[in-house]
Amino acid sequence: MSRILPHPLLSLGVVIMWLLLNRVSPGHLVLGAAVALVVGQAMAALEPSRPRIRRWDKVVVLCVRVVLDIIVSNVAVARIILGGGRAGRRAGFVEIDLDISDPTALAVLAVIVTATPGTAWIDYDAAHGRLLLHVFDLADPEEWRETVNQRYGRLLKEIFE
Amino acid sequence: MTHLDTLPLWAAIPAAAFLVLGSSLALIGSFGLLRLRTFYERIHAPTLGSSWGTAGIVLASIIVFSVTQSRPVLHELLIAGFVTVTTPVTLMLLGRAALYRDR
Repeated sequence: MSRILPHPLLSLGVVIMWLLLNRVSPGHLVLGAAVALVVGQAMAALEPSRPRIRRWDKVVVLCVRVVLDIIVSNVAVARIILGGGRAGRRAGFVEIDLDISDPTALAVLAVIVTATPGTAWIDYDAAHGRLLLHVFDLADPEEWRETVNQRYGRLLKEIFE
Repeated sequence: MTHLDTLPLWAAIPAAAFLVLGSSLALIGSFGLLRLRTFYERIHAPTLGSSWGTAGIVLASIIVFSVTQSRPVLHELLIAGFVTVTTPVTLMLLGRAALYRDR
């Protein structure tokens, strides 16, 4: 099974993408599946580390949490830009010692941090597991360390590690 | 514009609302890009456009074309997915370049 389908999630993604871009029909399902098999083989030839999702239920929890947080921070950043934000707002850097070290978990965290307005992933020091984050409205650095490690880090650790 | 005349009111209202929401956020983000003073502050502004700015316009498009074609049209979701997954690459590149300059 793993010989034919070395990257089942990737292949599934390709099939879904194929069906979304074309019409959903048996013909396109077969064609998409054929492409997905080739893509899976090509990816295996590159020998990337194979991400493993251990807890699918936590993926749903994470997605809901991220979507809600993105809405909240969209409003917050939009208000600051339009001038109605807090007086005395200070932007700044926070250094965060991350609990997670799995490459996939880090990549997902980078996407979350970047997709959320108000936080930007600037640099990651792999040797020390230290992330340099830039925060648009930095009230309390300790609160951000707590947010990243507890709110996202713990869920990502459960999902990937 | 003729095919839009067939769009019923119950679909037109949410589609218009999402379109206005998405484009307003993109506009505010671009405005912030002009107005904010430091580089590190400026990289936060366009994320408005790449998160809910994109999502709003994508949702409006899904509603309009799903209703007018009477079948679920969902390929716009791919745009949202790829925008979300690829922005960190550019942002990290810019952020690290700025950091390298400043250090």
